[in-house]
Amino acid sequence: MLLIPCPWCGPRDETEFVYGEAAVNRPSDPNSLSNQEWTEHLYFRENPKGEHTERWFHRAGCHRWFSVRRNTVTHVISAAWPPGQEPKP
Amino acid sequence: MSRRYSIWALARNALSHHENWPKAWRSPEPKPAYDALIIGGGGHGLAAAYYLAKLHGMTNIAVLERGWIGGGNTGRNTTIVRSNYLLDENAHFYEHSLKLWEGLSEDLNYNVMFSQRKVINTCHTLGEREATVRRYNSMRLRGIDAEFLTREDLARLEPAMNLSQDVRYPIVCALAQPRGGTARHDAVAWGFARGADSLGVDIIQNCEVTGIDRDPVSGAVIGVQTTRGAIKAPKIGIAVAGHSSQVAAMAGVRLPIESHLLQAFVSEPVKPFLNTVVSTGAAHFYISQTDKGEVLLGGELDGYNSYSQRGSLPSIEHVIASATEMFPRIGRLRFMRQWAGVMDMTMDGSPIIGKLPVPGLYMSGGWCYGGFKATPGSGWCLAWTIAKDEPHPLNAGHTLERFRTSHMIDEKGAGPFPKAH
Repeated sequence: MLLIPCPWCGPRDETEFVYGEAAVNRPSDPNSLSNQEWTEHLYFRENPKGEHTERWFHRAGCHRWFSVRRNTVTHVISAAWPPGQEPKP
Repeated sequence: MSRRYSIWALARNALSHHENWPKAWRSPEPKPAYDALIIGGGGHGLAAAYYLAKLHGMTNIAVLERGWIGGGNTGRNTTIVRSNYLLDENAHFYEHSLKLWEGLSEDLNYNVMFSQRKVINTCHTLGEREATVRRYNSMRLRGIDAEFLTREDLARLEPAMNLSQDVRYPIVCALAQPRGGTARHDAVAWGFARGADSLGVDIIQNCEVTGIDRDPVSGAVIGVQTTRGAIKAPKIGIAVAGHSSQVAAMAGVRLPIESHLLQAFVSEPVKPFLNTVVSTGAAHFYISQTDKGEVLLGGELDGYNSYSQRGSLPSIEHVIASATEMFPRIGRLRFMRQWAGVMDMTMDGSPIIGKLPVPGLYMSGGWCYGGFKATPGSGWCLAWTIAKDEPHPLNAGHTLERFRTSHMIDEKGAGPFPKAH
């Protein structure tokens, strides 16, 4: 069971949350993307064995999305932040 | 070298109290060069090596395994074999694999304990019933066996099943594949290893690949760096399941894959009470009883990217809650073991079997959580692709390119999403 630090509600059990996806930045100008760039954006993932940035949703709490940096081997969560406020590593 | 197993071998070895059985495969030192290398000594990699040697005459090859053979997902699954798919590419591929299963014990001279006890998928809503009838029709049109089961049929086949309509997910009907069933997972790895070894394939364990070498001019693969030295080969096949992204990255290839956890559990052994393999999409679990009597249960992904090989408790609770609703009598069983495998989840839920955009590099991966049933078919297709440098019609659709050309094989119809299967 993960203990996930929601930036608004504090640490809560994993069961209160929904995992969204790997934190993939949306293209700033979608109309200018080539097919190749769309393919990369939609389907290809870093899938790191180690530090992973991902988005979670606090379904049974504040109903807000936020980002989490979690290790995919140890499951240790090193940071969590609201949208657009990524801490400097 | 291994000798043929038979009743005579059994009798002969009984005379020496079974203390002189030869080793089933050798443990050779790696040679400096081979005609081809397979990275990954699980079921898929060993099957590829076996079929390369047996059907394509490539016997100067080696399988490189980081740990011990069959110690990854081959030893961490629920051993279900079926071919009840909806889409053309998957249906034909898995049906070919199922046909290989049917002759596998004889082919390998090794009992993989393939038991065609019927695989049942229960439906819980009228919408699901429509989808099931569609799948039934598509299977029958392709000549694959299928049965549509009513609740009365289910009561006869599985007397322990709770068919009450006063539950969270009342059962409406079910789809069955009579030729589906289970096999002994370890025996599959050992049988393919023994078969490949007897044809001259070197199986090298405790040998982790740390890099893939490429020709600076052509970009083609020329060999690998390993913890046991450099090994040269002009053709390299990758069959490493949950670590596909890492190994492909050694050759500069990115994949549309995420690694996720899937758990399974077994109970203490009890007298036989389950006759088939039962699975349900609505309540997220599948159940069968092993030949030893253990109840074997699995469910859905833990939900977030992970390589930990440890499962989390919420998933266990979810699976057990669903299973005890459909089979109330298992509520008093004690569970003995729980394990988690690292699943290579593709973005459309179907595998990638074929050439990678580096000359001489091939892969079989992205098995989501359905890799075990594909073991012989995956090895067969990967072997063909490596030997001929082009895919067989059975895996021609399972390319990496399909993600660029929008020819997804998306059984769920759920879009780019690494949790389908």
